Amino acid sequence: MGRKILFVTTDQQRYDAIGCNGGMVARTPVIDALAAQGHRYERAQPQSVVCMPSRSTIITGQHVSTHGVWMNGVALPVDAPSVAQVLNDAGYRTAIIGKPHFEPFLDPFMRFVENSFSREPLVGTHRGFEHFEAATHGGQGMLAYARWLTANHPEAVRMFYPVLDGTLEVNAMGGGETGAPQVWENDIPKDWYHTDWVADRTINWLDGLEGDDDWFCWMSFPDPHHPWDPPKSELGRIDWRDVPLPEGYPQTAAEREAILDGKPRHWKAWYDGTLVSNYEAPAHWVPATLTADQVREVNQRNAIECELIDEALGRVLAAIEAKGWGDDVDIVFTTDHGEFQGDFGLLFKGPYHVDALMRIPLVWRPAPSSAPAPSAVTRPVGLVDLAPTFCAIAGLPVPEWMEGKPLPVDDTDADTRGFERSLTEWDSDIFGVAVHLRTITRDGWVCTTYQAGHSHDGTEGELYRLADDPLQRVNLWNDPGYAAIRSDLLADLWDHQPAMRQPLRRVEAPV
Amino acid sequence: MTLGSIRHEIRIHRSAADVWARVGDAAGLHTWFPGITNCQVDGKNRVIMLGSGAPLPEEILVNDDTQRRFQYRITAPIFVHHRGTIDVIALDDQECLVVYSTEADPRTMALTIAGGTAGALDELKRQMETN
Repeated sequence: MGRKILFVTTDQQRYDAIGCNGGMVARTPVIDALAAQGHRYERAQPQSVVCMPSRSTIITGQHVSTHGVWMNGVALPVDAPSVAQVLNDAGYRTAIIGKPHFEPFLDPFMRFVENSFSREPLVGTHRGFEHFEAATHGGQGMLAYARWLTANHPEAVRMFYPVLDGTLEVNAMGGGETGAPQVWENDIPKDWYHTDWVADRTINWLDGLEGDDDWFCWMSFPDPHHPWDPPKSELGRIDWRDVPLPEGYPQTAAEREAILDGKPRHWKAWYDGTLVSNYEAPAHWVPATLTADQVREVNQRNAIECELIDEALGRVLAAIEAKGWGDDVDIVFTTDHGEFQGDFGLLFKGPYHVDALMRIPLVWRPAPSSAPAPSAVTRPVGLVDLAPTFCAIAGLPVPEWMEGKPLPVDDTDADTRGFERSLTEWDSDIFGVAVHLRTITRDGWVCTTYQAGHSHDGTEGELYRLADDPLQRVNLWNDPGYAAIRSDLLADLWDHQPAMRQPLRRVEAPV
Repeated sequence: MTLGSIRHEIRIHRSAADVWARVGDAAGLHTWFPGITNCQVDGKNRVIMLGSGAPLPEEILVNDDTQRRFQYRITAPIFVHHRGTIDVIALDDQECLVVYSTEADPRTMALTIAGGTAGALDELKRQMETN
């Protein structure tokens, strides 16, 4: 019998959304306790700041350019490498419960098999998972959660915020008390909400296992990704008027605009409402209209969703203890990418490689039977390192096709094994607007180079020294005093950045 | 108006006449378009059945054996505008180019539908080059 693995992901969660990382709004005692018992990573980064590419990196252990899911709407081939397959082949029982998003959700033709598992049960394994039970952010559609809700609580199906508007663009409709976009009062009882459903279904799957089974369970919560529509019954947890404005929110328009003017032009163009370069934010929302109170209310709803996740995780851990597995379970908690939540006067995400989107929570609580020494790891690690970590936990060799390394357990281990840099890439090309970024984080610097596209001629970039400018407000890219470090970082970036696989995989849908 | 316009094309090593015989058969779309399970044609009207189980009504606008052009529009209310165009263009006696263009308002539907059309071209090529 080996170590079992509970892999917990959230969707679109900032580094500072949890208490152990300094978060002051949401109470997350379960995750904080795991961090205290294990390893907490202070510079964990995704290889993409949108869902499908990032999740494809998690399951393959490959950079985006290698697995080829270069933007949302591009499907990860069914036969792509999968760490779940490696574990299943080694005898692990395997499940994914919650949001997978390896294939597009907007699928009227039902061409993608993951959208049909709720009506045509999985036979054998899929991507190495023998159990595949999917959910996303609402109550409608073909995924298992939506079908469960429709079958058992049909009155609740339309209680969620309508994520898309009548033209199938990401909805800009505001709600709550401030009219903030994608904020909504959801009448659904907490027990029927997808966070609790994911935990319930995870517990149900675990209950079906034998005591001596080895298992890998990816429990994938759809929250706190927008829409911010937690059950209305929970809103009393936090008064939005008491939510502090984030440090990254410049409080005057003049300050916001001055900061954005120092960055490549698509930043300010989005803020002004003249360019929405992607499908990750409402097409008809102008960030310049965002008020301080709206930021507070968005962050209230977001924090409540984070608390619900923490409590749901606590229930799953209790079930694991009850099964007698407590000492033998590794728990890895992370997310796929971050969220602006008011930084720079923005919400949502997009082609913007700053900490709001690129610095993510990552906690690894090794099985207590392995007697881990708790640590805070400051060296850069990435989601590309998760699949190799799962292999290492299971005592399996890391396959050659994986491009990451098992996570370091402390900074000394990180230095010994060469955790020097993290790479993040963005490509999008939708409705004639192409944006291409490549970023390296190394030695306390974040350096992003832009390739030619709709708004860029290929000379633009961003350069920040995190120690001096943790909020990444002053772009040093064009400062001659930093030309040498810029050149050094770019050379290192291109030495390590895999080339994009060709031909490009096809965009199948907006998301 | 938010018009999206997307084009996919594929070379097929088969004569344009042979390929057009499949493409111009309005009632046979489901035999080479993955995700469409059935077609019913009544004059200029066609109803396709999607893999999700939803029917989608269409109007056939052009079915031109001379130009080898098939053009239709989806008439479901969610579409403010739609135009689908399939052109089969001879490259030589044994090879042709098939171009499948989709324009739609709302534009997101152009992207969603066009993902299906690209898959359809792949399947058409597979069938035409193996049968």
